[in-house]
Amino acid sequence: MYSQGLIGVDSSTTESEEFLSLFQARVDREEKIEPNDPMPEGYRRTLVRQIGQHAHSEIVGMLPEGNWITRAPTLRRKIALLAKVQDEGGHGLYLYSAAETLGVSREQMTEELLSGKAKYSSIFNYPTLTWADIGAIGWLVDGAAIMNQIPLCRCSYGPYARAMIRVCKEESFHQRQGYEIMMALARGSDEQKEMAQDALNRWWWPSLMMFGPHDGESAHGEQSMAWKIKRFSNDELRQKFITATVPQAEFIGLTVPDPDLKFNAETGLYEHGEIDWVEFKAVVSGNGRMNRDRIRDRKQAHDDGAWVREAALAHAAKRAASRTVPQEAAE
Amino acid sequence: MGAVAATFEMAGFRALLELADDALILGHRLSEWCGHAPTLEEDLALANMGLDLLGQARALYAHAGEIEGKGRGEDDLAFLRRERDYVNCLLVERPNGDFAATMARQLYFAAFMHPFWRAIAASSNDATLAGIAAKAEKEMAYHLRHCGEWVIRLGDGTAESARRMQAAVDELHRYTGELFEASPVREKAVADGLLPDPGTVRAEWERTIAMVFSQAGLTAPEVRVPQSGGREGLHGEDMGHLLAEMQFMQRAYPGLTW
Ligand SMILES: [Fe+2]
Ligand SMILES: [Fe+2]
Repeated sequence: MYSQGLIGVDSSTTESEEFLSLFQARVDREEKIEPNDPMPEGYRRTLVRQIGQHAHSEIVGMLPEGNWITRAPTLRRKIALLAKVQDEGGHGLYLYSAAETLGVSREQMTEELLSGKAKYSSIFNYPTLTWADIGAIGWLVDGAAIMNQIPLCRCSYGPYARAMIRVCKEESFHQRQGYEIMMALARGSDEQKEMAQDALNRWWWPSLMMFGPHDGESAHGEQSMAWKIKRFSNDELRQKFITATVPQAEFIGLTVPDPDLKFNAETGLYEHGEIDWVEFKAVVSGNGRMNRDRIRDRKQAHDDGAWVREAALAHAAKRAASRTVPQEAAE
Repeated sequence: MGAVAATFEMAGFRALLELADDALILGHRLSEWCGHAPTLEEDLALANMGLDLLGQARALYAHAGEIEGKGRGEDDLAFLRRERDYVNCLLVERPNGDFAATMARQLYFAAFMHPFWRAIAASSNDATLAGIAAKAEKEMAYHLRHCGEWVIRLGDGTAESARRMQAAVDELHRYTGELFEASPVREKAVADGLLPDPGTVRAEWERTIAMVFSQAGLTAPEVRVPQSGGREGLHGEDMGHLLAEMQFMQRAYPGLTW
């Protein structure tokens, strides 16, 4: 699903001016940087952090939606939701592979997630309380992810850009599917409409927070833009998202929960009310409603699966040994 | 007499429900793993198998509803029956347990359904069912291969995995006899040419299991008291909880469109 304005990265770098300007020239010519190419340490570190956060978000993001697979209201919805959550797992897999090209293993990244050292998108620390939340997540959260990720298809780092091309196709399918769930509710009974509006009320602001802090407060945005890891600022992306989403809400008769929202005919943009950055900081630093539960669940899956992973390695080693034995005997 | 005649008239419907309920309940169980599997790759594989089974269930319920002819659709049949009206075998409703138990359950089931779907595809006089079977046979071939490999890996891997794998087999083997049972209604459906006698694939099932177990270093336990009753709606206690969860939306918000 989803990548967020990057949380806390140190893009400082110590290479010579000449090295940096040669690298910058490649980036400016829109050449793709590949795994074995020379690159500034800060570039590598920024990418590892960003791709890692993105991968973890896909994986942790399986939990809130997974929460409704066993309770989906119809067979069609159950199948679509299971397939959607499976897609997110697939995105995690591509992204871990992309990060591995930068020399960091999946095990290492998983350890960092489970120890709380690595971040993931704050949005997944909110609970899915009703079926409508599944619609709202697809519509808003996958919708926000698309805004972030479409420019990432042109990211200067080749493996990340290529992973994003595959991922974006699926995200836009998820977004339509989520919107379609919301539309069915908005056209349903009074209690369904109420469920849909309540979900929009709860997910709207956290979705806007997915784009990260305002441009002035985003410490490392400029360097990421210069290296063409990022193509648009947090506020530009947030604005694009609002502009695309508000008419969709209006079309199905739902109200965006922002009394200060207004369309500026001169700029062609929506002006939105104040985002609660205190809440954002609380959730990012571990104090959202579901932070502890998410990490607990990931840890439990990891710990419960340890014997399985050990057995697979042990079996593979025995197989490899038994394959080499007859060869040695023949020599 | 009347009741028996009515039951016999509905033999085709009932036989389809057995197939559909097996697929739904096992697909639901596999979906419970989503996000919690031992590896990311396995999370995707378990979801794949769950999706295959839920897709089969959908097609089977839709067809069963047409045969019944009372206007019940796939969701009415999947979500709006009482506990005693579900006719899945007991094996598929067994809780997931650890990964070894899930793999053993899936192996036992796939080793049966793979040849059974093949036989249905080859012999059913119901073209819709034969079509569902042809697709399902291919899907179950993957389940059989995937789970067979895991059972071998775990049986052979470490002392702990071998112990867990043997424990799973010891617990679940007693539920496998029910796969081959032919209830009176199923016998009628067999006589009508809807599907073959499940007993005809028993020898192949036994060969498959013996082959996997020999590579896995597992011993098939002797089953003194086989467990069955699912086909008559006599389930274990876990089944009610599964249904309470699965049916929640349809029960809490009756008659709505989603
Ligand atoms: Fe995704
Ligand atoms: Fe998605």
